[in-house]
Amino acid sequence: MEERIYLDHAAAMPVHPGVARFCRQFPDGFAGNPSTIYREGLQAQEAVATARERVAALVGTSAPDSIIFTSGATESNNIAIRGAALRNRKFGKRVVASATEHISVLNPAKDIQKGGFALTLAPVDRFGTIDLDALAAAVTPGTVITSIHHANNEIGTIQPIREVSAIVHEQGGLLHVDATDAAGRIPIDVERDGIDLLTLSGNQLGGPDGVGALYIRPGVRVQPVLVGGGQERGLRPGTENVFAIACMGEAARLAGEEMAGESKRLAAIRDRLIAGITGIEEAYLTGHPEERLPHHASFRFSRIEGESIQLAMDMLGIAVATGSACTSRTLEASHVLLAIGLAHAEAHGSMVATLGRRNSMDEVPRIVGAVGETVKRLRAITPL
Amino acid sequence: MADQIGYSQKVMEHFMNPHNVGVIENPDGYGKVGNPVCGDIMEIFIKVKDDVIEDIRFRTFGCGSAIATSSMVTDMARGKTLEEALKITRDDVATELEGLPPKKMHCSNLAADALHAAIEDYREKQKKE
Ligand code: FES
Repeated sequence: MEERIYLDHAAAMPVHPGVARFCRQFPDGFAGNPSTIYREGLQAQEAVATARERVAALVGTSAPDSIIFTSGATESNNIAIRGAALRNRKFGKRVVASATEHISVLNPAKDIQKGGFALTLAPVDRFGTIDLDALAAAVTPGTVITSIHHANNEIGTIQPIREVSAIVHEQGGLLHVDATDAAGRIPIDVERDGIDLLTLSGNQLGGPDGVGALYIRPGVRVQPVLVGGGQERGLRPGTENVFAIACMGEAARLAGEEMAGESKRLAAIRDRLIAGITGIEEAYLTGHPEERLPHHASFRFSRIEGESIQLAMDMLGIAVATGSACTSRTLEASHVLLAIGLAHAEAHGSMVATLGRRNSMDEVPRIVGAVGETVKRLRAITPL
Repeated sequence: MADQIGYSQKVMEHFMNPHNVGVIENPDGYGKVGNPVCGDIMEIFIKVKDDVIEDIRFRTFGCGSAIATSSMVTDMARGKTLEEALKITRDDVATELEGLPPKKMHCSNLAADALHAAIEDYREKQKKE
């Protein structure tokens, strides 16, 4: 059997071997509630504090206290949007988000409409880049929070966050950036980039699942979504998940250390993949050709459907993702692919490959060959 | 399993090596249906002799389940009389495939509908002649 090739790092990242080593070295029998003052408690406190510093360093803030730990990106996005909108509703009751945000941003943004907030979705162009003029028109003086992801997980497009920040701050509102897919892959500097709230996922940094973080610029007021014992400055009550938090901290440290080299390595593989796959008949790149995540290659193929591409690739030993309606829970076409202007039938034939540290240049010919074979096979069956 | 999403061995066999793929030139009956749920398309061609489906072919634009059910329904209909073929339901197709994930049952509708449409088409043509 040929080795499997895993190309769905956007869905789940294998834990970085360095992080796994760190986790294994966690002292046997480690116990300790960071809210206690005996030695075990202080050790736990110390572990969380170290992790906080490491995550803070990754996103360019010198204030570790501006980081709170959560259960993952979904929770961070919920706290950011609901928490900031509700706490600052005197400022205004409009929320703006890009049309291509992750569902864990779109859904809380839609949900708070029940509380009297209005939501505007800002359009993107055909490459998935936010339309800055349209954004400037959407962000009104009463726009309390604007949420624009740093980069998109389906098409890889990186947003011009500094320009976005200038537009948002001209009206005095807050900017939330979901950096789940960008962190650890491209440099992020919350201070220089002018970001008020920033979402991070532990797993997407190479850490474990079930942990994430939210950066909240000092001075920005957010109200809790959960209430309880007051941990994490009252914004994320409940005893800290010390083990997972510490491991996420280590993942952030390693990501920061390895980012420059690893991103360069992956970008070279990505470019080869894109060149090879777009050489297939009626195969097109989706997302931005240059402003895209270094590990991200996404495509669409005319006249065939994505789930069948995914299944056929799986049979050939390769795991890829698709945004096809047939694979979604709701059987609806991907909102991202529709937002970049694809017709429903075009959005059907999407395939996404996201690279990680175990992928190598040597795999490219096999991947391109498998895609070519799959496309040919499925086109032979299609009535279109 | 209520929220099973993986496919049975049988589905994968038919998906990887679908039977009866292709077109029949000048078919006796032709049916084409679109899936209102997810937007997929399936077409079936039949050749009929003495009220029996002698040859049958399909082409499908759709998910793994849609391709496997097309393959299965054409296998099931081949050699049957039109009456018998009309009785094939989506549940029969799913059963023959050792089950489909609940979310994917609508794809087997498509296969049965395309078959029925092809038979209808044949009968319409007969009336005219
Ligand atoms: S054809 Fe779309 S889900 Fe099966």
